[in-house]
Amino acid sequence: MKIYRVNMAKLSFVVEEVPDEWKVLGGRGLTSVIIAKEVEPTCHPLGGKNKLVFAPGLLTGTMAANAGRLSAGAKSPLTGGIKESNSGGTAAQRLAKLGVKALIIEDIPDGDKWYCLHVHKEGVEIKEENELLGKGNYEVIHTLTSRYGENTGVLTIGQAGEYKMSAANISVKDPKGHIRSLGRGGLGAVMGSKRIKFITLDDNDGEGIEVLDKEKFQKAAKIFNKGLLSHPVSGNALPKYGTNVLVNILNEAGGLPTKNFRMGQFEGAEKICGETMYDTIMDRKGDPTHGCHVGCVIRCSQTYNDKDNNYLTSGFEYETIWGFGAGCTVDDLDIIAHVDQICDDIGIDTIETAGTMMVAMEAGILPWGDGPGILKLFKEEIKEGTPLGRILGNGADFTGRAFGVTRIPTVKHQSIPAYDPRAVKGIGVTYATTTMGADHTAGYSVTSNVLNVGGRIDPLGKEGQIELSRNLQIATASVDSAGLCVFTAFAILDYEPVSHALIDMINAQYGTNWSVDDWFDQGRYILKTERAFNQAAGFTNKDDRLPEFFSEPVPPHNVTWDFTGEELDQVFQF
Amino acid sequence: MEVNVKLFGDLREGRFEEKKTVLEENSRVIDIIHQHNLPLDKVAICMVNSCQAEFGQILKNHDIVAFSPPVGGM
Repeated sequence: MKIYRVNMAKLSFVVEEVPDEWKVLGGRGLTSVIIAKEVEPTCHPLGGKNKLVFAPGLLTGTMAANAGRLSAGAKSPLTGGIKESNSGGTAAQRLAKLGVKALIIEDIPDGDKWYCLHVHKEGVEIKEENELLGKGNYEVIHTLTSRYGENTGVLTIGQAGEYKMSAANISVKDPKGHIRSLGRGGLGAVMGSKRIKFITLDDNDGEGIEVLDKEKFQKAAKIFNKGLLSHPVSGNALPKYGTNVLVNILNEAGGLPTKNFRMGQFEGAEKICGETMYDTIMDRKGDPTHGCHVGCVIRCSQTYNDKDNNYLTSGFEYETIWGFGAGCTVDDLDIIAHVDQICDDIGIDTIETAGTMMVAMEAGILPWGDGPGILKLFKEEIKEGTPLGRILGNGADFTGRAFGVTRIPTVKHQSIPAYDPRAVKGIGVTYATTTMGADHTAGYSVTSNVLNVGGRIDPLGKEGQIELSRNLQIATASVDSAGLCVFTAFAILDYEPVSHALIDMINAQYGTNWSVDDWFDQGRYILKTERAFNQAAGFTNKDDRLPEFFSEPVPPHNVTWDFTGEELDQVFQF
Repeated sequence: MEVNVKLFGDLREGRFEEKKTVLEENSRVIDIIHQHNLPLDKVAICMVNSCQAEFGQILKNHDIVAFSPPVGGM
């Protein structure tokens, strides 16, 4: 395999050999190690010293199911710390099949020209781009599919990335030509700072994936793939209802953050829940289940049609529906679907902007429950880059500061996702301590707290939560580095043969002799590398805390956030 | 006594979303499961008044009891 390195100041490209220490790293592990090694932690995230790195996972491109995730890494303009965000879509497997271990983009061009990159077997072409500037992601993807054909991977930024908004994401074309997102942390702004509108990927005649012991790999992959399908969560619940199945469960558990985390239950939950969404999709002849990348067997994505049975959006997730729904007290699924669609098109993170809309409602910019008002702010302000739009597009924390709001649901400047940390305390520990800023995926303690997967821990109590979050953060760093969908973790955690099959696949592909513990050691190494970067960037333990308003009790359980700083500081004691 | 029973996910199929159910005093969670023919192996999450509950928990008048099959997401 090889490294593709692009320098946007020189408009140059080189191919490099993969250093020995990077050979058994992939995905998040590789992006974070590269950023930690090559980026000055104190640099401006939108300046020439920051780098944008894309890396497929260790298993991406192989016959392992659900291994087609792409990691992107940089110093985050939102958090000011290290960032990795990963996504499905059609780019990761193309990079892997080209033999590209990582695509590193450094520096920024002189002048005000915009560019696009075309990645193929010979290298990377850097071309000036004018036609698609100012266009939304759907038009970019449709135009590029016409220009280069269906079998072309696309990474693109919308208007939010062009404006270098801190909530801007990078969109990834999915197998149906719709959009998946490298969502969190403002990586779209980093791509915009390098004046790259889009990247196309052509894997024709690529060198392919090298697997040292093919027979051993195939045997392990069969066990792994079968294990995913036999687990009740990844085999049945996710395919049918998608991630939005969680609305009713979290609402019932009193952990569905409502009206900017004032309550843990939402009166309108039934109108926006996964069961209602499934019925609506079926009534409107949508598609209730498909994968976000080739080789996905879990298939939690879906296509949601409008009232006239025309395509409205896809990849319509629990987080988005919670945020613009319960978070903002909007109970209209169609409005939320329109918001999801425009967020995909503008290229902006739905979790960050949902938190932003909650703060905007605190500030009186629009009333609580005003779904059409949210849509209008996206269309007329953020998309157009008006002064108000640029404030909102920089996220919840920035908006709160601009309007003097103190009830801002962020950690390390990143919006808190869809689980109240007082009623689901394990996820609160993750929000506080992860290197990424508030991020539920970094250590999904909801599993044992609410879903009864991987054990059971009382969500309202403190006992066992520090250890749970620590172990899940380590495991997640490992999963993210393998290029695996995080939903494989349900089966990996519950079924020992699945975790062993996973290690067997890595050993067969790379000639290593790892145990499961060795794999987790890599997770520990990744977390420590990320934390060291953040510390060098100026973060201290005091940044590993939740906002002070979580000392208020949240109904129905009337529980508060009661972890001390000393207790939270134990998470990274390993 | 009367309790309010809620079903989620596939447990709703052929049954109901929410229903008031009359039970004898000192009934347990498991009695509701039997009363509504819920498949025991498909009940992964059970909550009484928004708290995780065991099948053997004794119920009180006006309790809210929720059942869910295995679910996941993020």
